[in-house]
Amino acid sequence: MKPISILEERKTQVFRKGSDEFDISCDKKSLAGSVSQRACVFCGSRVVLYPIADALHLVHGPIGCASYTWDIRGALSSGPELHRMSFSTDLSETDIIYGGEKKLEKALFELIDIYRPKAAFVYATCIVGIIGDDVAAVCKKVEAKTGIPVLPVHSEGFKGTKKDGYKAACDALFNLMDRTREESPEKIPLSINILGEFNIGGETWIIKDYYKRMGIEVLSVMTGDGRVKNFGSSHRACLNVVQCSGSLTYLAQKMEAAYGIPFIRVSYFGIEDTSQALYDVASFFSDRPDIMEKTAALVQEEVKAILPELQEMKTDLSGKRAAVYVGGAFKAFSLIKALKHLGMTVVLVGSQTGSKEDYALLKDMCDPGTIILDDANPLELAKYVLEKDAHLFIGGVKERPIAYKLGLGFCDHNHERKIPLAGFEGMINFAREVHETVTSPVWDLVPRKAWNR
Amino acid sequence: MLLRHTHKDILPREALTVNPAKTCQPVGAMYASLGIHNCLPHSHGSQGCCSYHRSALTRHYREPVMAATSSFTEGSSVFGGQANLIQAIDNIFTTYDPDIIAVHTTCLSETIGDDVYQITNKAVKEGKVPPGKHVFHANTPSYVGSHVTGFANMTKAMALYFSKSTGVHNGRFNIIPGYVEPSDMTEIKRLAKEMGIRPILFPDTSDVLNGPMTGKYKMFPQGGTPMADLVSAGDSIGTIALGPLASADAARAMDGKWHVPCRVEDLPIGLSATDRFIDALRKAAGVSVPDSITRERGQLLDIITDMHQYVYRKKVALAGDPDHLIPLVEFLVQMDMMPIHIVTGTPGKAFEKEIERLTAHLPHKVNVAAGGDMFLLHQWIKNDPVDLIMANTYGKYMARDEDIPFVRFGFPILDRVGHSYFPTTCYRGGMRLLEKILDVMLDRLDRDAPEERFELVM
Repeated sequence: MKPISILEERKTQVFRKGSDEFDISCDKKSLAGSVSQRACVFCGSRVVLYPIADALHLVHGPIGCASYTWDIRGALSSGPELHRMSFSTDLSETDIIYGGEKKLEKALFELIDIYRPKAAFVYATCIVGIIGDDVAAVCKKVEAKTGIPVLPVHSEGFKGTKKDGYKAACDALFNLMDRTREESPEKIPLSINILGEFNIGGETWIIKDYYKRMGIEVLSVMTGDGRVKNFGSSHRACLNVVQCSGSLTYLAQKMEAAYGIPFIRVSYFGIEDTSQALYDVASFFSDRPDIMEKTAALVQEEVKAILPELQEMKTDLSGKRAAVYVGGAFKAFSLIKALKHLGMTVVLVGSQTGSKEDYALLKDMCDPGTIILDDANPLELAKYVLEKDAHLFIGGVKERPIAYKLGLGFCDHNHERKIPLAGFEGMINFAREVHETVTSPVWDLVPRKAWNR
Repeated sequence: MLLRHTHKDILPREALTVNPAKTCQPVGAMYASLGIHNCLPHSHGSQGCCSYHRSALTRHYREPVMAATSSFTEGSSVFGGQANLIQAIDNIFTTYDPDIIAVHTTCLSETIGDDVYQITNKAVKEGKVPPGKHVFHANTPSYVGSHVTGFANMTKAMALYFSKSTGVHNGRFNIIPGYVEPSDMTEIKRLAKEMGIRPILFPDTSDVLNGPMTGKYKMFPQGGTPMADLVSAGDSIGTIALGPLASADAARAMDGKWHVPCRVEDLPIGLSATDRFIDALRKAAGVSVPDSITRERGQLLDIITDMHQYVYRKKVALAGDPDHLIPLVEFLVQMDMMPIHIVTGTPGKAFEKEIERLTAHLPHKVNVAAGGDMFLLHQWIKNDPVDLIMANTYGKYMARDEDIPFVRFGFPILDRVGHSYFPTTCYRGGMRLLEKILDVMLDRLDRDAPEERFELVM
């Protein structure tokens, strides 16, 4: 492959540990004309609210936005599955000219009448922001007539990045919480809310089980296996435990200000981070030493159960090199630790939405020579993956075929999978997936490698 | 299961689409642009559009799909996207170095009224487009038509932008293959060549979206219609457009501009539609049909006659795009099957009329909807069950819920391989399609047969 030129403006978004001196720059809008792997505001909102299974999710706009988000995430529900349907106002040319408010109102009435959802979210897409539909007013009107919360989500695609979409979703969630709030402000002892956990492949259930065994009550999960009524008691939690920090930290901050609930940031990915998360929660309730005891016992039991198989896989994976390019940087931290646990080295790490602090931390975690990237394009990814001769790529849907074309293993760490990667049993699933792809004999057939043999 | 939220009562719905059987224009435009050699599609709108379209195409083809975006901000939405697009053009040629940028618009840039033609001209004047390189565009507002409309608009745009007439015939034929798979494009080219025709096929996504594994990543794979071919298309003897919705506009525009006479035919799906395509080629080029093609036809016919008893009056539910569904319905009816529920997401009354014509003599009530959705199709199936469903991957929910044999057909196919390598068009494609239909139906017979009726020879 011929060498690629990296645009002047992008040079500060690529960092090579040990040789470059400057700080990585991030939190920037993607350069116009870049083949960015990033998505938009709507995408951010949609993924955060999507797992609320008994709510209606109506996409207000032309059909595309609803089409592309129809059942593409593996967020499971233990009950209703209304969230997996695709509802759209399917705006046409006349709606663009005369406004889509009437259509939106009608659609809401029709849907609420048929499905009797517990709440409705209305996602405003790009066009709605431009034609000036007063989505909030329509929601208010429908809410008054139907008696269920009807919440506008201000997720016009152009209003920022995916992160701004998380924020719009947080606003809607907070709105819902505030409106369905039980009267009693009293704290429920030993209770927490789980934030930023979406029940991909049943991960929420795994995590909730840990807390149950620790003697902790989970009041609500935002938003994995979510139900509208569960948000009513959210404000009475003693602690908010925030995972996937990019998406819901803003809500945690809002809840702290409004209800005085402190929050901690955790990750349930990998042995180290999962244990740390549970210990952190246990130490928050330090007046109850029995909880810490139960937690220690739980961690010990769980680790013991998976260690032999992990050890076995480690033998095969030791010394293999991995490239990680994911949405949020927080996920990257956990992945690096988990990969190290499997004896692997991380040679490239990047994210779509990391902040300055995130990248500083990444830098500290990585070995010298590791490439650190913000908002990378496919050419950059391909270039560095080859340069570093990686065996494994961890990324999302658009990265998979690039990795395969280059002849390296791939592991999906996005939200389309239906296999849980969280918690201790998630670590085993992750290790199996990595093992499955990295040790596959098919890579020996790749021309590039076959010639070298 | 997902579709337990589908109820049997069909209530009038005025204002909404549930479980769509279409998507929006830009993804079709992006797919068409990928069919030009060394061309980078560019989405003039928010970042999310480009990301969604790339993901959708990536999932369907399992290939890297490249496209750039203008990355609209709140500012560009207020003041227009000119600055973004000019910067994008500059950056794309500097970083990725394609020969061509094919810009398509989005609902956002359409509504704020960006004049892409004027903007690209300005980019040329400002020297942002290196010599010999090109930027052209198609208007693809998401709120009109569907992904098929976007494909048609981009195909027309590439024809009009590049084609020239020198006044001297090039001895070639233009074939516009329509919104079909890369494998189909290869097959259409093969048949044309077999007839002794040197086709100019555009767009042509073969060897772009079904490329081999080489251990290398190429941003611009070897396939795609060469720019020289697009230029030369104005000198062709004639144009054959396959699929009225996807291809007719481009063919007629070439006729209007360069007087290249055109013929619009159905997509060559099934026996009769392929006959018409071959016949059109024969007449246009003044050649006779070679034995090799007659043999292929005979083989398809052979399977049809061998197996006709197994498909006798089987009821079928279909979802897909109009250009595909019309010849498919014709094919099924010809084999004595009964397509009774037919939905396309793409609006247009002509489709309903044509399906009604093709199914008029069936001894069964036929439901057809243009601008319908999968939800409606499922309701129809609940009310009047079928023996077979043919639809894109989303059809599998209905197939599972209702326990009905299912053949994947159309866009997108997210859960199986093969569509990008093996055609479903022309005679061989007809054989493959029939094989797929028979496989699922005979498997079902085997599964459900009581011991005494479980047959070794079928």
